[in-house]
Amino acid sequence: MSALPRAAELGLIACRVCGLVCRDVRGDERLDGDDRADAMACPRCGATLHRRKPNSYVRTWALLIAAFIMYIPANVLPIMRTASLNDVDDNTIISGVVELWRAGSPNLAVIVFSASIVVPVLKFLALGTLLLSSQRGSEWARLQRAKLYRLVELIGYWSMLDVFVVALLTALVRFSVLSRVEPLPGVIFFGLTVVLTMLASMSFDPRLIWDGKDSDD
Amino acid sequence: MASPEALLICEHCDTVYRRRALVRGDVARCACCGAELERHHALSVNAMLALILTAFIVFVQANMWPIVTLGLNGQHSSTTLWGMIIAMWREQAGVVSVLVAATLFFFPLMKMSLLGWLLWFARAGQRAPGFRQLMVTLHYLGPWTMSEVFVLGALVAIVKAHTYFDVTPDPGIYAYAALTLLITIFAGVDLRQLWDETPEPLA
Repeated sequence: MSALPRAAELGLIACRVCGLVCRDVRGDERLDGDDRADAMACPRCGATLHRRKPNSYVRTWALLIAAFIMYIPANVLPIMRTASLNDVDDNTIISGVVELWRAGSPNLAVIVFSASIVVPVLKFLALGTLLLSSQRGSEWARLQRAKLYRLVELIGYWSMLDVFVVALLTALVRFSVLSRVEPLPGVIFFGLTVVLTMLASMSFDPRLIWDGKDSDD
Repeated sequence: MASPEALLICEHCDTVYRRRALVRGDVARCACCGAELERHHALSVNAMLALILTAFIVFVQANMWPIVTLGLNGQHSSTTLWGMIIAMWREQAGVVSVLVAATLFFFPLMKMSLLGWLLWFARAGQRAPGFRQLMVTLHYLGPWTMSEVFVLGALVAIVKAHTYFDVTPDPGIYAYAALTLLITIFAGVDLRQLWDETPEPLA
C-alpha cells in the first residue's frame, strides 16, 4: 500500500451525504449504547455514518443479478410495434439499431447501439469484475478498476435513451389506421434494467477496491 | 485533531488530505485513485441562482411547447412531454410512464426548485428554512434527472420518423437543447459547497 493515510486507519469517516469529516466513535469504549448511536449520525446533515456502504457486496450482487434477469426479456421481447395499413412490424432493441443503420443514419445507430447494448453489457461485466476482485481483496490493477467504476457511474443513465425514443414515437405516431406506434413489454423490462443497474452501481462502494481482505461492514 | 473542515477524505478510496485553497481552474485530484476531490468554485452564488432561474424558464417552455410535429398525407400530429407520459400510460406501459414522468419532469423540477430556494437564502449568507433536509434530498436526487438523455432520444426519434413522415421540429426541442446546455454548465458545480459557505445557525 501507499504511504498516504486512510480514513479508516485514522479513525475518521467521511459523511456520504455531505462529505463532512467525522470521528469514528464505534471503537470508543467511554461511550455506551445511546450515546454511541447518536454519535454515529453526521453532526452536520444527520445521515448515518458508515465506514463503508452497508452490505455493499450483497446489495450490489442482488441488484446486478436482478438487472441481468430483466435484461434477457428486454432483449428477446420486442420493444415497439409499428403498424400501418398493410403491415405490422415488431422491433427489438437490436432490430431497431439495424433499421436505423440502414434507413436513417449510421452515426446515430452507433450511438443507440452504445447506449442500449454496450453500456448495459459493460455495466454487468464491470460491476461483476469489481465485485469479484474486491471480494478477494485483490491488488490487481487497482487504479484501473477505480477508473472503471467511475466510468460506469458516469455513463450509466444514458441507457434510458431507447426508452425515451419509444415513448416519444408512441405519442407522436398516431394517425388512426394509417400508421401507429405502440410500446411492447420489452421496453418495460429495459427500463427496469436501467434503473436496477443504476441502483447496483450506487450500492457498490469503490473504497472496497482499496481495502484488503475482510473489510465489508 | 484539526477542525473537520480542514480535512478532506476521498470518497472513492478513503485517503485523507489536508484541504488547500484552490485558485481559478484548479481541480484537486486524489493521489491514490485519481478521483476528483474538490474543484475551485468558479460560479458565485449569484451566478448559480441566475443559471437556475434561466433553467427554470427554459424548463417551463420545454414542457409547454410541443417538441416535434409529424405530417402524413396532410394529417399532423405533435406532442409535448406530458403527451408522452399520458400516451405511455394509456398503452399499458405504466412503469415507463412513471419513469419518464419522474426523470424528465418531477425530479428536474424538484432539483431546480430546491436549488432556487437554497441559493436565494445563500445570497445573504443564510441557511434557508429546512436547509438540512433539503440538502440531503438534493444529494439523493443526484443522477435521476435525465433531460439531457431525452434530447438525444428526441434526435433519434426524429431520424427514425423521418423515413416515413414529414418532420417539423417545434420550439420545445430548442428549449430542451438550451436546457441541456445549462445542465452541462452546472454539471461541474459541487453543491456541497453550500454547507461550507453558509454558517450553521446557533442552536
